This record gives sequence, structure tokens and C-alpha cells, in this order.
Amino acid sequence: MTDIPNAPAQSDASRDLSFFKSLTKSLQNNWRKIVILIPFVWLLLFFLFPFFIVAKISVAELAIASPPFTKLIEWTDTGIMNIRIVFDNFIYILTDSLYFDTYVNSLRISVLSTLLCLLFGYPIAYGIVRSGPVMKPLLLFAVILPFWTSFLLRVYAWMGLLADQGTINNLLISLGIIDEPIRMLYTEFAVFVGIVYTYMPFMILPLYANMEKLDTSLNEAAADLGSRPTNTFFKVTLPLTIPGIVAGSLLVFIPATGEYVIPDLLGGGNVQMIGRVLFNEFSRNTDWPVAAAVAIVLLFLLVVPILVFQYYQGKEAEER
Amino acid sequence: MYHKRSRFLTIMLCLGLAFFYIPLLLLVIYSFNHSKLVPVWGGWSLRWYKVLFESPDVWNAVALSLRIAFVNATFATMLGTLAALAMVRFGRFKGRTLFGGMLVAPLVMPEVITGLSLLVFFISLQEVIGWPAERGFTTITIAHITFSMAFVAVTVQARLTGMGQDLEEAAADLGAKPFKVLTAITIPRLAPALVSSWLLAFTLSLDDLVIASFVTGPGANTLPILIFSRIRLGLRPDINALATIIILVVALCVAIVALIMYRQHKRDLLDQQLAERAE
Amino acid sequence: MTDAPWLDHENNTPLVQIRGLTKKFGEVTAVDNIDLDIYQGELFCLLGGSGCGKSTLLRMLAGFEFPNSGTISIGGQDMSNVSAYERPTNMMFQSYALFPHMTVAKNIAFGLQQDRVPKGEIEDRVDEILKLVELQDYKKRKPQQLSGGQRQRVALARALVKKPRLLLLDEPLAALDKKLRKHTQFELANIQEQVGVTFIVVTHDQEEAMTLASRMAVMDAGRFMQIGTPTEIYEFPQTRFVADFIGSANIFEGRVTEDSTDHVRVETDLGEIYIDHGQSVTQGSQIWVGLRPEKIRVSKSPPKKPGPNQTSGEVEEIGYLGETSIYKIKLKSGKIVDVTAPNQSRPTMKGQKITWEDTVYLQWEPSSAMLLHS
Repeated sequence: MTDIPNAPAQSDASRDLSFFKSLTKSLQNNWRKIVILIPFVWLLLFFLFPFFIVAKISVAELAIASPPFTKLIEWTDTGIMNIRIVFDNFIYILTDSLYFDTYVNSLRISVLSTLLCLLFGYPIAYGIVRSGPVMKPLLLFAVILPFWTSFLLRVYAWMGLLADQGTINNLLISLGIIDEPIRMLYTEFAVFVGIVYTYMPFMILPLYANMEKLDTSLNEAAADLGSRPTNTFFKVTLPLTIPGIVAGSLLVFIPATGEYVIPDLLGGGNVQMIGRVLFNEFSRNTDWPVAAAVAIVLLFLLVVPILVFQYYQGKEAEER
Repeated sequence: MYHKRSRFLTIMLCLGLAFFYIPLLLLVIYSFNHSKLVPVWGGWSLRWYKVLFESPDVWNAVALSLRIAFVNATFATMLGTLAALAMVRFGRFKGRTLFGGMLVAPLVMPEVITGLSLLVFFISLQEVIGWPAERGFTTITIAHITFSMAFVAVTVQARLTGMGQDLEEAAADLGAKPFKVLTAITIPRLAPALVSSWLLAFTLSLDDLVIASFVTGPGANTLPILIFSRIRLGLRPDINALATIIILVVALCVAIVALIMYRQHKRDLLDQQLAERAE
Repeated sequence: MTDAPWLDHENNTPLVQIRGLTKKFGEVTAVDNIDLDIYQGELFCLLGGSGCGKSTLLRMLAGFEFPNSGTISIGGQDMSNVSAYERPTNMMFQSYALFPHMTVAKNIAFGLQQDRVPKGEIEDRVDEILKLVELQDYKKRKPQQLSGGQRQRVALARALVKKPRLLLLDEPLAALDKKLRKHTQFELANIQEQVGVTFIVVTHDQEEAMTLASRMAVMDAGRFMQIGTPTEIYEFPQTRFVADFIGSANIFEGRVTEDSTDHVRVETDLGEIYIDHGQSVTQGSQIWVGLRPEKIRVSKSPPKKPGPNQTSGEVEEIGYLGETSIYKIKLKSGKIVDVTAPNQSRPTMKGQKITWEDTVYLQWEPSSAMLLHS
């Protein structure tokens, strides 16, 4: 009978123990949620939500206020919610020839630049893949290296090369090939050179990764079956590198379409691209609703390529 | 020798490398030009380095950029790693598709759009809750983390998938609790990927002009903003000097990384030899 | 422990009890309503082709997967809410899953550290287990500095050092080359006997299962086809699947013509088959009969008297395998029967040599034919 008084204390202790156990258990169960939630909330807050604000502004009207647009949702005195949506900004952008032509121009420049990157990048990537075990990592390194130096300075380097008094013109004049400098800086040509130069690694790397995975015995099999190298390339290698081509092209095309720095520095005022128009619209004109609408339209233009890119990324992640 | 590189490919490789490196080489050479006009050669000189070292706004910009890059790299690596863990190790969860989409989108999103949307977001936020009171270090860092973490997540995701789950399961099987598995197995195994992610995030931040231009406020000039404002008006020899220093620093870092990788490679070879001789 | 605890339900409670276990991955049912008892000290093999659900079952035992329905209990304790790190089981992975950033000693000590075993004891136990697997000299090496066979032994030591109640081995020998595998099979069985831990081994290699197992289960499409000792499974398969999966078998369709307590007669296109032991079949029912190729005698001279368990045919093909030869013999019905026979004399010698297109006579013992129910 002496141990009866001890009994409740014991059960208290065991209840405490089970409480702690359940606490740690719930932490253990929830740490997964925490791991997901932290980056998830960050992206929702700083990536997705800002787009909704842009979308909201794009259907507002210009107002002389700060920020310079009318409120989308207003509560009237009687407590009725007022939603004002105006599509004037979109109609303005799509009917105004300045904006329309700029969109077309941006797409044209980025498509052509992408093709140029592919044209030069493909043989370079293939050349690296076909190099010996010592040269291969070195060459790969050489391709990536410029990527680690400043983007801005790489564009600047071309300003020095292409200027009227620049290295190329000086060289050509001193060689007696031309008498007067050729105008290259602040032309569309300069913009092409700039995009191809700075975005080339984005084309080469996915291509390399794709080609590297190809089994060389496929080429041997083709040769064994009587196919000449050129034929093998078009019938075997090229079709198998399409995923690399798509990934590389999208990595060049999408950011190039919205490019701001290159048309600004190398194109001057002579090459209109939408990124530059958007930037200027925003910093100078402060017509935010129109700028927001310009951004939304640009996003719509790029939605399909972005989705294709995500699809390929997801597929690749699953294949690994 | 069927696999030998054809002459065409060799020529393309050489042309490509020339295309990549001649502009940078010229950039460096002209930084030692005495002349005020960049492309006109006026003899060797360190004049522009002196000008550069004597301008405090350059050093302020460098300091700001480095601070942002450091904080960005650290946070982006943490957030990106968490995101990669969630994507690779947690199977299906609610909103996974949206999460994955938001994680990849910043990789290709045009900078002007990201910058614009973050700016209007910060302004709206300030109106509603009064924060951020002024734009600068904090807003740029937040913007940089948002796009850098996507690059981190991709790198870490690739590594996690490549690693497989065996080691983590083995640790759990031997009695390690999930957190212990993370610290004793997953993180050490991820270390190389984490280091390269951190370096990548650091570089991306140092390199960004457009987004920073959008979300910065008066007085907060990062290095790219400063460089841009100067070269917009034309060629400037002191920028050549700055570029040379940057290229030098990058080359140095790359050399160190290459050395570490070479050592690791040698160690792997030694291990292999030991293993072959073991039995 | 008795030699066959599974036969003595009165005095033995199973260590592992699996009841109604089902696991689905989306639409696919990997494990389908399984029941199984495994007793202390057994070396139990789960044998099946890839995708049969054997690995999923093992992973559920380890706690890496949780069942959709059904229960697992180990040592009488329900495992439904027990995580992998709390279970009294340890696993040896097919890839070995050795931690590449830790030395051999640290790999082995890892599990003990999680249990907060005192430092001195950890060292002693690590040394002891390294001795058992004969790797004392490799303590300080990293896994990547070891040969395949050594890695396999480290993986085994790491799983054993915690003295689990149940050791799970996922294809423990698959990564080794063939010669080493044979040697290691016996080594593994020896170690199991020494430590007395219950082993569950997943394998796709029937020879491995036969050598190792005290009992084995043949799995297909998430279900057990048959559970028994290797001898039972080989000599008394119950289905065509098992008869064909373990070893090889000639299978004939037939009808039960006589069902008695001490013998059975079946009529097949092989002629009448007489089996000298009782089987639970119904007279007149459709059934299958299996005959192992090595249990059929082939001879050029006709049998002395007519009767059951004999037939004749023509040699269609001969495969010379060295120690044995395999003959493909075409019966009058057109069916091909495989027969193996040891090469007791050199084939170049003259004599009663069987060659192509010979007419040969086949005979087998009344105990040899196997009745297959489905």
C-alpha cells in the first residue's frame, strides 16, 4: 500500500514524457513543411505577387499622384466595392505603331541572334565534345570563363572595338583597306554582335551537355553500316541533339527579347527593342500603367517559350 | 580514328575562342594606354589606375556591391537548397507544380520584367506597411536573392538527383533522425554543389545591372550601375582599368578553383589505384 | 531454436508477422495483400524477377515505404507508426550506400553513435565486427579506396554492428563478379550462423536463394507464389510459374484418371503418368504435370516392359554443356521434351552414343512427376 502515493506522480511524469515526445514528433513531421514553406513563401511574395501588382497597374489609369495610377479597388462610402478595369493601355500599345513595331523588332532581332548563336555555337560545342580527355575540360572552361567576368564589361569591350575611332576601324584604315571609318557602333549590327557574344555560352553549354551524353558507338554503328560522316551527322547526331538545341535556343531567345543593356549601349537610340522602351518608359515618362501593360504584353509573348523551357527542364530532371 | 575532330570543327573552335577572348584582351591592353581617347594609342601608362584608385565613388560602389553579393549568395544558397530539397526529396505535395514553375521561371525571365515588378511591389508595400522606407541595399538584396535562388536550386537539384537517396536511407536505417541525416549526410555530400552555387549567386549579384537599377534608390549605386552611367556616354579609359582589375580577380578565383579541382581529381585517381590494389 | 521453427507453431512465435500488406504506387500495385511469418534465426530469401514487389516489401520492412493497408509487426510490436530510424532493423543496400566522406571505421560507428553508445564501447564493437569480416587493416580507408568485395563486407559490418533483430539485405551479392559471388554466398551464410541474426535477403538469382535460404518465397506481381524450403520449392512446386521459375521443367496438360490415398494417375499427351504418393486432387479434374529434365532417363534401348512413366521420341537437338548435355526430344505428338544427362564418358568414345535423329526412349521414377495446380 505504500506505493500508492507514488502512482499519480509517476503517471504525471509519463504524461510529460509523452507530451515532449508528441512535441518532437510534430516538429519532426512539420520540418518537411517548414523546408517547403520558407522558399515557397519567399517566391510567392517576391516573385509571383509582384506580377499581380503589375497586372493590376496595367489595367489602371494614369493619375497625378504617387504612385501615378488610379486605384483598382475602391470602397465607396456605402461599402460597395468598386472595381475599375480599363484596357485602354493595352489598346494603346497594340494600336500605336511605335510599340507594335518595337515588339516586332525585338522578336526579329532575338530570333536572328538565336540562329546566329546556334550556327556558331553548335560546331564549337561539337568540337569540344570531340576533343581529347585533356583538352575537353580546358576548352569547356574557356567557354565558361567569360561568363564569370562582368556582362557589362563584355559589352563595353565591343564598344571599343566597333566605335568609329575604334580598334577595328583603326586597323582597317591603317591597313589601307578603307579610307573612312565604317559606322558599326550604334547600329543593328552591333546589337547582333553584342547578343551573340554575351549569350553564346548559354547556347554552347546545353548543347555540350546533350552531345556529351550521346553514345559514340552510335556513330560507329552508322559508319559500320556504310554511312559517311556528313550523312551520319544529319541522320544521327543532329536529330539526337534536338533537346540541346531547344534548351540552348530558349536560353538565348527569351532573355534576348527583353534585353536592355545591349540595345542601349551598342544600339544607341537607333535600335528599338522592347526592354529598352520599357525601361525608359518607366524611368522617364513615369506613365506606369502603360509601362506595366508593355511588360504584361512582353510576358505574354514569352509565356509559350518559357513554358516549353520549363517542360524540358522538368523532363530532364526526371530522366536523371 | 573515326572520333578525331575534323578540321572544320578545329577551325570553328579556334575562331570561337578568338571571338571570346580578343575583345577582353584589347580591353586589358587599352587600360595601360596613356591617351585619354581609348582607341588612340598614346604609350604605356598606369595613369588610369591612379585615377581609378583616387575616385571614392568607385570604391563605395565596390563596397556596396560586395556587401549585397555576399548577403545575397548566403541567403540564396540557403533558400535555393531548401527549395531543391523540397523538389527532389519530398515527393508530391500541394502546389508542387506552382512551386517548380516559380523556381525555374526566374532563370529565363527578362530582367526588365523582374525589375519592374519588384519595384512596383516595393512601392506598394511601402504605401501599405511603410516598409521599405527607402530603396537601396535591402531592396536590391531581396531582388537578387529572388532570382539567384533559382540558379542555386537548379544546381543543387541536379546534384541531389545524381546522388540518389541510398545514403540518406542508410543513415535513417542506422538510426539517424531526419535532421541528423540532413547535417551528417546530405549537407556534406552537397558541399561541392553548395560552394559552386554560392559562387554563382555571388557572381550573378555582382553582375546585375537592370534589376538593381529598378529597385535601387537615390545614392545607392552598385558597381554595375556606376559603370553603366559612365560608359553610356562613351569609352572611358578608367573603366578599362577597372575592367582589367575585375578580369584579374576573376582569373585568380578561377585559378584557385581549378587548382582545387585538380587536387580532387588526383585524389580520386589515387583512391582508385588503392582500390584496385586492395584485394 | 529448432531446425524448422515454422513447423512448430506451438512453441515459436514469429519474429516478423506480416498481415494483409498492400502497397500501391499510383495505379500499380507493387505488393498485393501479403501474409508472412518469419521466425528468429531464419535466413529468409525473397526471390522474384524485377518489378515483382520484393524490394518494395523489403523497403516497407525497413520503414522507407509505408503500406496502403495491412500491418507489419517485428518482435510483437506494430511498426505502422515507427520510422525507419526507430526500427530494430538494419539494411544492407544493393549499392552498399557507404558514406563516401567517412572512413570505414566511421561508417561502421555511425549507427552506434545514433544510439548514443559510449565511445569506448563503440570502438570495441567496431573492432570486433571488423575482425568478423576480416577488414581490421582497412579501418582508416575511405570506401572509394576499397575493392568491391571489401565494400560489400563493410556494408554488412555496418548493418550488423547495431545487433539488429532483423537484417534486411537487398541483392547483397549482385554487384560482385561471378566467382567472388559464389565464395561470398557461403561466407554470408556462415556469418549469419555465427551472429544468429534473422536475415531477409532479396534476390533475383535463384541459385543464390537456393544456397542461402532456410526458407524462401517466390514472388510474382506482388504476391507470393509459394513459400517453403529450397528443397520443397524445387521438388514440390505447386504452380507452373514456380516450376518454371526455379530450375526448368517440362510441363504437360493432363486429366486425373485415378486419385487414391497413396498414388495418383494422370493421363497426358506424354502417356500415362503414375505418381507414387497421394496428392489432394479430384478425379477427372484438369491439371498440369511437370517433369524436371534431369529426372528423365534417356536411352537408345526400349524399356523391358510396357507401362506408365515412359515414352519415346526423336532427338531433335543436342546441346553440349560440358558436365551435362541437354537433349531436345520430339515426341510423336510433336511436343518437345528437354532432358539433361551427365556426360559420364567422353563424347568421342564409341559406344551407345546418342546423336541427332536417333529414336530414344524416356523413362522416369514414379516419384518424379510434379502435380501443378495452376
